[in-house]
Amino acid sequence: MTGRVANPRPPMLGASRATLRRYVEQHRSLTIIFGMALVGALLPLLALVPPFSIFQGQSVWLNGFSNAGVFVLLALGLNIVVGLAGLLDLGYAAFFAIGAYAYAYGASPFSGNHAPFILMLLVGALVAATFGVLLGAPTLRLRGDYLAIVTLGFGEIVPIVFLNAEKYTEGTNGIGGIYKPDIPFVEFTLLNPWPFYVLILIIVTVTMIFVYRLSESRIGRAWMAIREDELAAASNGLNTVTTKLLAFALGASTAGLAGVFNASKLTLVSPDQFLSTVSFTIVAMVVLGGMGNIWGVALGAFIVYTIQVVFLKQLNAFFEGLHVPILSDINFVQYQFLLYGLALVLMMLFRPEGLFPSQRRRRELHAADAAESETESVAALDESIS
Amino acid sequence: MTIAAKSASPAGSGRTRSALILVGASLIGVAAYFGLLALILPGGAPVAAQQVANALTLGAIYALVALGYTMVYGIIELINFAHGDVFMVGAFVALYFMAGPLGQTGSAVTDPLLLGGLLLATFIVAMTVMAVVNVTIERFAYRPLRHAPRVAPLITAIGVSLILQNIMQILVGTGDRKVPQIFPNVHFDFLGASIGYLNLFILVASLILMYGLQQFISRTRLGRAMRATAQDQQAAQLMGVDLNLTIAMTFLIGGALAGAAGVFHSQYFGFVRFDLGFNAGLKAFTAAVLGGIGNLTGAALGGFIIAFIEVFAAANGQQRWSQAIVFVVLIVVLVFRPAGILGQQLGERA
Repeated sequence: MTGRVANPRPPMLGASRATLRRYVEQHRSLTIIFGMALVGALLPLLALVPPFSIFQGQSVWLNGFSNAGVFVLLALGLNIVVGLAGLLDLGYAAFFAIGAYAYAYGASPFSGNHAPFILMLLVGALVAATFGVLLGAPTLRLRGDYLAIVTLGFGEIVPIVFLNAEKYTEGTNGIGGIYKPDIPFVEFTLLNPWPFYVLILIIVTVTMIFVYRLSESRIGRAWMAIREDELAAASNGLNTVTTKLLAFALGASTAGLAGVFNASKLTLVSPDQFLSTVSFTIVAMVVLGGMGNIWGVALGAFIVYTIQVVFLKQLNAFFEGLHVPILSDINFVQYQFLLYGLALVLMMLFRPEGLFPSQRRRRELHAADAAESETESVAALDESIS
Repeated sequence: MTIAAKSASPAGSGRTRSALILVGASLIGVAAYFGLLALILPGGAPVAAQQVANALTLGAIYALVALGYTMVYGIIELINFAHGDVFMVGAFVALYFMAGPLGQTGSAVTDPLLLGGLLLATFIVAMTVMAVVNVTIERFAYRPLRHAPRVAPLITAIGVSLILQNIMQILVGTGDRKVPQIFPNVHFDFLGASIGYLNLFILVASLILMYGLQQFISRTRLGRAMRATAQDQQAAQLMGVDLNLTIAMTFLIGGALAGAAGVFHSQYFGFVRFDLGFNAGLKAFTAAVLGGIGNLTGAALGGFIIAFIEVFAAANGQQRWSQAIVFVVLIVVLVFRPAGILGQQLGERA
């Protein structure tokens, strides 16, 4: 009896938990499918439960979840570049824009084409990847921080090009009337949020499996090797330029996917949807969630998006409703980038591995501390010897 | 003169010679630019002279901001994304100091003594405030990450940039803020064009600041410490260089120059916006890369070249593409000469 008290967890449960853990570790792809199915089933139910149902109705929530899914997809893509390969891409929204405009040319009355949605997903990803290669090829041979500034510039230029090339893009107004996805037996309408919700859930799940399998493959290990020590990786026979280029292109193609989906959902693309603020938001999501960890990044994106779109707005409405003298005058949505900025700085200073870190990344980011404490202990040892 | 030349050391005369070559090449470049504009633009020489004056003024502002980028990159190899925003805050400090404590409402001050006093006071305040801000940023956001993986301080720099921009946005709002332009709108004739004294003032004052910086870096003890740290941090430390002080000093000078550029910008354009630092920063960084990152003369040269390109685009009615052109220049430089015009080929470092 006393033994039972000391060990409150019944041995059976412990064993089943160990079995579960082993199963999860062996079947990661299946786990992702099950996990996403569970999340996908829970979210609509959650929207019906009091604290959430007070804010807005289920269909509004579902619509919001679909939009959040786009950002989850973007964060997963940027995670390949920043999290896995350790390259900072500050103009990621540019590839998002390229994917979206690719769909606008492929399926809208403006261009007169109507290509099937599934085909356009591939085309959008491919076009974005091509631009990624074109941009990355000259800059990835140089040191990482040049990539940061070049992508920052690229992220600025792409909306400007879409804005100024009025003949081809309708300028500020953007291309409207884009066709909704045409998938057999499913009807996509403005009023029914379910098809979009399920569609983005599927795209995100497939992307997660893809990114996971990549990160555990030879390529993924190559990325991590480059991230940890580029010189050592090159010395071991890795072609660092093509490996980095692959990460960059795959990251871009994921943004292309997100762009195609987003364009088909909004039925409108315009330059102001893809400003640098979007890029910074995605960087904040990846950093906050935990660079390198797929679930962490996805969760980070979801949380940031929800805070940005739902929480801050509700905070406004809440204080306005209460007529609190000072607080009701504050526009909380205005503070979001201040929050992101603070989050970026504070995370880097105090928890660089993010809220939900990957084990490997955490060890790496704390390597400097470890090395310091090592030299300290060596110094202490020297002192004790003398 | 001859005595001075005789007593100068060989190294000194080499430096003088390269300085002379630089000045000569710059003058030839400006003349060529003027000739090109005079040929292309329908207005001929007068319009071209006007545009050259604009380009030189803009170039002086870019050069001052670019110096901050290049110094910081030279010493700790960090692209300080927040530097453009430091420049923007500097312009706002100039605005509020003029409008507030100095009580200027926007009418020009014609008394030269009073004008000089007001400008000097504004410069001192803006430069001091921005130097302090920049050193504070370094102390709290970059110093703790000096040994972290390279991507960490870059992300922090982005964060600082967002924070500065949004604090200003919250404080002053999103629109243009008018700056009291105390510099009288007087012109002189040059090649048929009427050129503002303000243009001349900005150019000369910036050149003086740049010359002062060059002298500081090459002649003082702290300047030598900065050069040593840029070459090899550990070796410099072993030689007794105080690393923290030297790096803080670099940020202090960079911030002060950005503050000065902010004052120039506020007087020249007459307005300030909370998001002006982003584009200015991008252009100034391109200038620093173009000139050869880590190279002070290169950064100044790059600033003028970028301004020349931008004004050229604007003069030909392509103002809205100027940003894209600057970016293409950045890519082309990185592809064909990553070390920049005056930089040395340093392999990995480039």
